[in-house]
Amino acid sequence: MDVTTGWYLVLGALLFIIGGVGLLIRRNPLVMLMCVELMLNGVNLTFVAFSRRLGDIAGQTVVFFVLVVAAAEVVVGLGLIVSIMRRRPDVTADDLKLLKG
Amino acid sequence: MIPVLGQVFTAPSIDWWALAPQLILLGAALLILVVSALLAERCPAWFSGVVALVAGAGVFVSGFYLWYDIRDSGPRSIVSGALSLDGFAVLFTLLVAVAVVMTVLVADAYLEREHMDSPEFHALLLLAATGAIVMASASDLIVLFLGLESLSIGLYVMAAMQFRREEAQEAAMKYFILGAFSSAFFLYGIAMVYGSTGSTGLAHARDYLNRLDTAIVDQPWMLMLGFALLLVGLAFKVAAVPFHFWAPDVYQGSPAPVSGFMASAAKAAGFAAMLRIFFVAFGQSRTDWSPVLGVLAVVTLVVGVVMAIIQTDLKRMIAFSSIAHAGYILVGVQAGTSEGTAAALFYLFSYSLMVLGTFAVISLVQWQDGQPLDRFEGLADRRPLIGFALTVFLLGQAGVPLTSGFIAKFLVIKAAVDERTWWLAIAAMVISAAGAYIYLRVIFAIWRRPGAVDEEGGEPVAAPVVPPASGFAILGAMAFTLVVGFVPQFLIEFARDAVPVLLG
Repeated sequence: MDVTTGWYLVLGALLFIIGGVGLLIRRNPLVMLMCVELMLNGVNLTFVAFSRRLGDIAGQTVVFFVLVVAAAEVVVGLGLIVSIMRRRPDVTADDLKLLKG
Repeated sequence: MIPVLGQVFTAPSIDWWALAPQLILLGAALLILVVSALLAERCPAWFSGVVALVAGAGVFVSGFYLWYDIRDSGPRSIVSGALSLDGFAVLFTLLVAVAVVMTVLVADAYLEREHMDSPEFHALLLLAATGAIVMASASDLIVLFLGLESLSIGLYVMAAMQFRREEAQEAAMKYFILGAFSSAFFLYGIAMVYGSTGSTGLAHARDYLNRLDTAIVDQPWMLMLGFALLLVGLAFKVAAVPFHFWAPDVYQGSPAPVSGFMASAAKAAGFAAMLRIFFVAFGQSRTDWSPVLGVLAVVTLVVGVVMAIIQTDLKRMIAFSSIAHAGYILVGVQAGTSEGTAAALFYLFSYSLMVLGTFAVISLVQWQDGQPLDRFEGLADRRPLIGFALTVFLLGQAGVPLTSGFIAKFLVIKAAVDERTWWLAIAAMVISAAGAYIYLRVIFAIWRRPGAVDEEGGEPVAAPVVPPASGFAILGAMAFTLVVGFVPQFLIEFARDAVPVLLG
């Protein structure tokens, strides 16, 4: 069976959806962070697949930009999680409810 | 020249002068970081603030220089189509410069009182401002995404900087998770546009749509999905309903000067990106996105105003009111005409000054347990000038005549009427009348006389100390709001000249 770029697009979309749903239903901040990464990598795969289909190198260079952005995001995200965990070791997203109204 | 995959790579020629605003901000941020790291204890406390202030002023001056440059030699694209230099970019450059200067002035006393690290704060502020300017001038979706991320990542940290307060941490965490979520949507939208048009360049996307016109689009659903995802990503950033959930929590939990920066520069950058993408690049398919934005605008207005009415914390109330203002700006954006865009720009500029001023006053009346409304009772009695300034800002946001807010509301509603979207114009008018209540409630509180007594302890609430820097910033914003209210013509013309163009 031929594996065309369409398969990769579907895989990318699936990764994106898994990440998105995971972010909404999981309550552990660390897992939520990983879900964001999954979403971004789903997009990366989509870019590479499109790049392949269009025969255009630009889509692949985009991936490098996204990787760097994702790394920067993780640094900030982990920093935030560590500073919250230090104060309340077993925190979940449901415990973050001081701000309401 | 380096051969890459059979093609010859030529480095793009870069117009460095046109990049001056970004370079000044970036240079100042690096200077602050390096000097404060090297000198450590010996670095004087005022150093980073002064550098940030000078950088903000420098950006303002260079913005004016670029404005006249564009008037003489026309708008152009710089760095081989990645950024465009036009009136639109310059207007947002000036707006961001003003926001930086105001934030630095207001944050000065705040940082000292809360024992926060000022070099980091100022460096992050400058980097976030760089991102905002890049966003406003980007003519390629990936460059726009990079600007968006520089702005957002800087703001995530700034929201958490008051790390001794749990509210700030919680706000930053919520902002981070939802911000990253929306960035991923935005990025997926870029991928869809890339997949269907074959480029991430906005000029390319526009040409593609023009060429195809109404003929057979290869994969119309893919481009539509791209539009939708880009819109979702940006709606998150500008806090439009139903993507607004982060805004109240984040504005309330973040340090007040940071909330002011978010409500002005960050919101403006989000709308800059929205206008650049939808009005300029996808203007051809206006009939596809305009009704969606119209519905979004009405929902945003209603939810923003209704929720603001039931709030008891001033910061949270201003957050909901800021959501409602995003609705008014969307009314201008959805018109999809030059007038509508100019109205949105005028609105953004005048609203930014009002909200920066409001948060400046709030940061003076800072309390450990938030800013419940009754803390502001009798403010006008104890500090008449500050009370008067806050009144002006609130009247402006309510859209009372003789303030800039009135002209702004008038212009966006006029743009909707010109486009014959009567329902939208009527909805905006009715809601703006209802919305006046939320501001009047605060105004009554601050002018009420016997409010100088704290309810629990019976102890008199001390008059807030007004440091000269904050006072100067507040008076400046107040003067702007009033002057534009009386003689709006210069800002209207400025906004008209700043309607974006797109260069390939």
